[in-house]
Order: sequence, then structure tokens, then C-alpha cells
Amino acid sequence: MATVSVCQYYPGGFSFENCKRNALLEADINKLGFSSPAARKTGTTICGVVYKDGVVLGADTRATEGMIVADKNCSKIHYISPNIYCCGAGTAADTEMTTQIISSNLELHSLSTGRLPRVATANRMLKQMLFRYQGYIGAALVLGGVDCNGPHLYSIYPHGSTDKLPYVTMGSGSLAAMAVFEDRYRPNMEEEEAKRLVRDAIAAGIFNDLGSGSNIDLCVITKGKVDYLRPHDVANKKGVKTGSYRYKHGTTGVLTKTVTPLNLEVVEESVQTMDTS
Amino acid sequence: MNTRGLRSQLKDSVPVTGLCPQAGPYGVQDSLRRGFSSVKNELLPSHPLELSEKNFQLNQDKMNFNTLRNIQGLHAPLKLQMEYRAARQIQRLPFLPSSNLALDTLRGADDTIGFEDILNDPIQSEMMGDPHIMTEYKLGVL
Repeated sequence: MATVSVCQYYPGGFSFENCKRNALLEADINKLGFSSPAARKTGTTICGVVYKDGVVLGADTRATEGMIVADKNCSKIHYISPNIYCCGAGTAADTEMTTQIISSNLELHSLSTGRLPRVATANRMLKQMLFRYQGYIGAALVLGGVDCNGPHLYSIYPHGSTDKLPYVTMGSGSLAAMAVFEDRYRPNMEEEEAKRLVRDAIAAGIFNDLGSGSNIDLCVITKGKVDYLRPHDVANKKGVKTGSYRYKHGTTGVLTKTVTPLNLEVVEESVQTMDTS
Repeated sequence: MNTRGLRSQLKDSVPVTGLCPQAGPYGVQDSLRRGFSSVKNELLPSHPLELSEKNFQLNQDKMNFNTLRNIQGLHAPLKLQMEYRAARQIQRLPFLPSSNLALDTLRGADDTIGFEDILNDPIQSEMMGDPHIMTEYKLGVL
């Protein structure tokens, strides 16, 4: 036997077998004039703000694939633990999988310690994972929650750096949202004022950035209670058609009409009861 | 008595296709399986993360053992490494995937989930190695 395909089992995880092939294909495809498929991104506006009793997270709901809107109403605020939620910008699959893995790890950790998980734990786990992959996992996250030490808000960049701040924005519409925050943020706001501020910041991102659009989702986290408002505000309603474009009966004239009966015999009849309980 | 065969029973490293002629089972170079014509080019990584991911577990362990040595003295990592070596030997037959439960528990990885559990799970691998070839490889007869 000249060649052996598998001599021992290799551990799981990422497989780099196709990288060389992909690099060659990339070079050849450009010569032929085609373009390689683009990953679905969430060109996004996400933001968060700390107010008197907790944290308000906000996000838009558009997912893009190059120049096309792939999902008009996608959910960008992901569940991490009962008191911690995370908004994700960047490659949609990366944010989804990263937040799910961290959510599972936090659940196991909190079962092992017997306590409610802390936001700093989630932050540390996320930054260590993102640094391990050196920015190849394109996930920019806004992590917020309330734990035993009060409300916390972190922003996490794809290469693994984090910032702990009272108000953060991420994504392609982050500049528009940050402009609103810088103008109207004050420490220790009330809940209604904080919700209005986040709503206006996301709206600024939606209307001024092509990568963000559709509705505004909000998530209000306080000690012991989480309000997931989806959608909080339908900023972009689809237009209603003003007229009916159906043709009236008789528009097409009938010239001839032939009827061919199909003679079918009933061969067998059986009744199957369905369990619809 | 084939002493080389006995030593190779502790095989836990993948042979690297080097530039010097690799002696095969009969003492001459094995050009069909190793060396120039070998398909898998292990000298150049195809992705910047490939090398760091391949050695990630090793590097983590090294770092942890170094820290432990600095804090608690030489005996602690030595004892732990002895336990690791013992746990690594609890394996099923070469062509059956082992769960490595003892090793995972020692490392503290029994209550964490990472990409190695979700992607390319060896238990759900679609390729199965030929049992004879894999046993021969493990014993160094191949």
C-alpha cells in the first residue's frame, strides 16, 4: 500500500486543509473575472449605555451580503446569561457562534461556582478567545449586564482588546450613534430617557449609514429583570401599494374551449387517523 | 528483537518530512511515503494561524507548568506531568476514537466548550482509518 490517508485521529477544531487551495482559487478567479463569495456581515449600528438602575443595549436589524440586504429583520442582541446580553457586529456567523460558545461556557462556569455569572467573566472569556484567533474571527461586540457589583458595559474588538465605558457604540454606523451619545449622555439617567437616547442613536446609524437599517431592537437589563423589546421601533416601514394591478375578468377573450374528462377508478380506500393532540 | 519497534510504541508525535533521508522499516529511505514526493507539505504553513493552533494546547500547558513551578516549586509540575502521562495512556484501540476523559479532567477542560468540540469532532469524523494500517502505524511496524 503506497499511500495511507489517515494514520491517527487528529484533534477537532479548525481545519486548515483547504487554505492553500483557496489561495490558488482566489488568484485564478480574479483572472477569469468572477468574484469570490462574500461572507454575510452585519454592517451595523450597535450601542449600549449605563443608566441609573442598569444597562440599555440597542441594535438595528439589517444583515448585508456585499451590496445586498440578506436579512431585513435579524436579531443582533444575543443571550449570554440571564443577566448578561451581547450585541454583535461584524461577520454574522462569527458573532453568533462566539456568543453561543461563551454562553455555554458561562452556564457551565456558573453551575460549577454556584453563583450568578459576572460580566467581567464573560468579557475575559471573550477577549481571550478572540486574541487566540488573532482577529480572524471578525466579531466586534458590545457586552452589557447587571451582576452583584452593579451594571457593567464593555466593548470588545475583533483582535481582543476591550474597553469598559459608560457608553459605547460599534459597527459601521458607530460614528453616527456616537455623535448622538456625545451630545446627550449624562450619568445616572432615568430609564425612559436612556431608552430614548439609545433609540435615537440607533436611528442616527440607520438613517445615515448604508450598512444599517430596518428596525430598532432594545434590551433593558436591570437587577433581576430583562426587557427584550423586539422591535422597539419600526423605523422603516415597507410602503403600501396604492392601486391594485390585477387584470379584470374578461380582459383576455376566450376563443375555443375543449373539455377532456379523466376517468379514474377508485382501487383502494384506507383511512389513517392522525394524532393531533 | 526489533528494538526500534519497541521504542516506537510510545509514538505520540507525527513524523515531519525532513530534508535528510528518513529511514524506513528496512533501513533505506522510504521515498513513497516520506520525503520529496510526500503530499502534505508540513514545512510551510498555509495559514498564519495553523502553527499556533496546532501547538496551542502544548503552549498552554507549558505556560501553566512554568507558572506553577514559579509559585509552588519544581515538585508540583513534575507530579502533574506524571499524572498527565498516565492519563494519556488510557486509550482505546488505535482506530477507535477515545474520549480522553481523564486527560480532560486533569486539564480542567471537562467543563469548557471550545471550537475543538463543535467543529471537526473526531467522534463524528466521516473518514475511518483502516484498522490494520492504524495499528501497524501505532506499533511502528509500518
